[in-house]
Amino acid sequence: MTRRLTWALPPALLLAAAFLYPLALVVRQSFRPDTGGTSLQPYTDVLGSVAFREALWTTVWLALAATACCLVLGFFLALVIAFVPFPGAKAVARFVDVFLSFPSFLITLALLFLYGTVGMANGLWTEVTGAASGPFRFLTTPWGILLAEVTYFTPFVMRPLLAAFSQLDTAQVEVAASLGARPGQIVGRVILPEALPALAAGGGLVLVLCLNEFGIVLFTGAKGVTTLPMLVYSKAILESEYPGACVVAVVNVLVSVGLYGLYRVVSRRAGA
Amino acid sequence: MLVHSRTGKWTLWVLFLLLFLPLFALPLLVILAASFAGHWSGVLPSDFTTAHYTAATSGESLQALITSLVTAVTASLLALAVGTWGALGAHALPRPLRRVLDALFVLPVAVPSVVVGLAVLVAFSQPPVLLNGTRWIVILAHTVLVTAFAYQSVSAAVLRLDPAYEQAAASLGARPAYVLWRVRLPLLLPSLTAAAGLCFALSMGELSATMMLYPPDWVPLPVQIYAATDRGSLFTGSALAVVLMAATLLVLFAVARIRTRASYR
Repeated sequence: MTRRLTWALPPALLLAAAFLYPLALVVRQSFRPDTGGTSLQPYTDVLGSVAFREALWTTVWLALAATACCLVLGFFLALVIAFVPFPGAKAVARFVDVFLSFPSFLITLALLFLYGTVGMANGLWTEVTGAASGPFRFLTTPWGILLAEVTYFTPFVMRPLLAAFSQLDTAQVEVAASLGARPGQIVGRVILPEALPALAAGGGLVLVLCLNEFGIVLFTGAKGVTTLPMLVYSKAILESEYPGACVVAVVNVLVSVGLYGLYRVVSRRAGA
Repeated sequence: MLVHSRTGKWTLWVLFLLLFLPLFALPLLVILAASFAGHWSGVLPSDFTTAHYTAATSGESLQALITSLVTAVTASLLALAVGTWGALGAHALPRPLRRVLDALFVLPVAVPSVVVGLAVLVAFSQPPVLLNGTRWIVILAHTVLVTAFAYQSVSAAVLRLDPAYEQAAASLGARPAYVLWRVRLPLLLPSLTAAAGLCFALSMGELSATMMLYPPDWVPLPVQIYAATDRGSLFTGSALAVVLMAATLLVLFAVARIRTRASYR
C-alpha cells in the first residue's frame, strides 16, 4: 500500500507545485491590498464596484443562454445526423470533430468578416438597398458574443450525443414507429431519455467553458461587454492592479468550480 | 430512420443545412477567403493575393509559428508523462484516494485558463522559483492546462485495460517494471497518441493564459493573431489563422496515422 502511494505521489506533487501552490498564492494576494497589511479591503472594493457586478451578471447570463442554445441546437443537429442521415452525414460528423480542435477566437475573427461594419452582411445590405451603412451592429454587444459562443460550443454537445446515438438500439425506434408512434413521440419517449446523460455531460462542460471563455470576448474588442475572465485580464495586465485581479479570479473560480461540481453530481445521478 | 415521408425528410435536411452551413462551415470558409483577399468592403472579397501568406510565413510570424510548435510539443510531452504516470498511479490506489487524485487532475479544466495564467504569473514572479520573463513560464502554464486532458483520456483507457495480460506476464516471472514497459504501455499506446494529439491541439490554440504570461521574446501564434487583428490587419490575421489551423491539422493527421499503426500491433 505505501509503495503504491509512493508511486502515485510524484505526479500529484508536481501538479500541486505547478497548480495548487500558485492558486493558493492568488487567494493570499487577494487579501493583501497594495497599501500593505492583510485585510478584506480588496474584496469590499471589488465587490462594491459597478464594473464587477455587471461583469458577473454578463458572464452568468451569457453562459446560461449559450448553454441552452447549444443544447437545443446540438440535439437537433445530432438527431438529424444520426436518425435522418443524408449522403455526407458521416463527413459532417468528422467535420464536427475537426471543429473542436480549433481555438475559439477564430469564430470571432470570422464573425468580424461576416457581420462587422464592413462585413459581408452589411455589404449585401448596402448594395441591395443603396443605404450608406448596414443594420448589423450586434457584434460588439453581448449578442455577438452569444452567437460566437453558440457556434463554437455546439459541437461540444454534438460529440457526446452522436456517441450516445450510435449505441442506441435502432430496433427500439423501429418498434415504436411500427406501433404507430409519431416522430415527435419517438424523440420524446425513446430517444430523449437515452440521450439525457450525454446531454447533461455536454451541457455541463459547455456551461463551464462558457463561464471561463476569454478568447471570444477579447477578439470582439467590445469595450462595453466585460466578463469575469476579461476583468481579471484587464485588472492584472492593463492596470497592474493585482489584488483586485486576484479577487475577481477567486470569485470566478468559485462560480466555475461550484457549477462544475454540480454538473459532476447531476451527470453521475443521470447515469453518465 | 425516424422520418419516412419524402417531404418530411427534405424539410429536415434543408433546415439542417440552413443552420449548419452559416453557423459552422461559413466561418472557416470566410477566414480562408479573407486570407487571400486584398480588399473586402462589399459582399465578396476582391483583389486576391498571396501577400498575406508571405507575411505570415516570414519574420516575426514565422518565429511565432516556431514558438507555438515548440511550446505545444514540449507541453504535450510533459503533460503526457505526468498525466500517464498519474493515471497509472491512481489506478493502483484504493477508491477514496483515487477519487482525490482524479479531482486534483481534473480541477484545471474547471478553473478558468485566465486564472491559471494569473496564478502562474503571481507564483513564479517571486522566489523561490523565478520564471517570469522566460519561455518556461508559458510552457509551464500550457502543461498545467493540458495535463488534465492527458490524465482523463489515459485513465479512461487504463480502466478498459484487460488485467489478464499483465497477470499472465507477472505469472511468467516478469518484474513490475518489465510488465509496465513491455505490456501495459504498448497496450495503452493508441490512447496515448490520441491524448498527445488532443494536448497538442489545445496548446496550439491556447490564448487566455498565454495573454497573461508571454514574454516579448516568446510570442506564440494565437497572440500574434490577436496583435494583427487588434491593429486592424484582419487579412494578415486570417492568413496566420489558416497557418495555425493547417499546422494543427497536419500534426493531428500524423498522430492519427501513428495511432492506427499502433493499434494494429
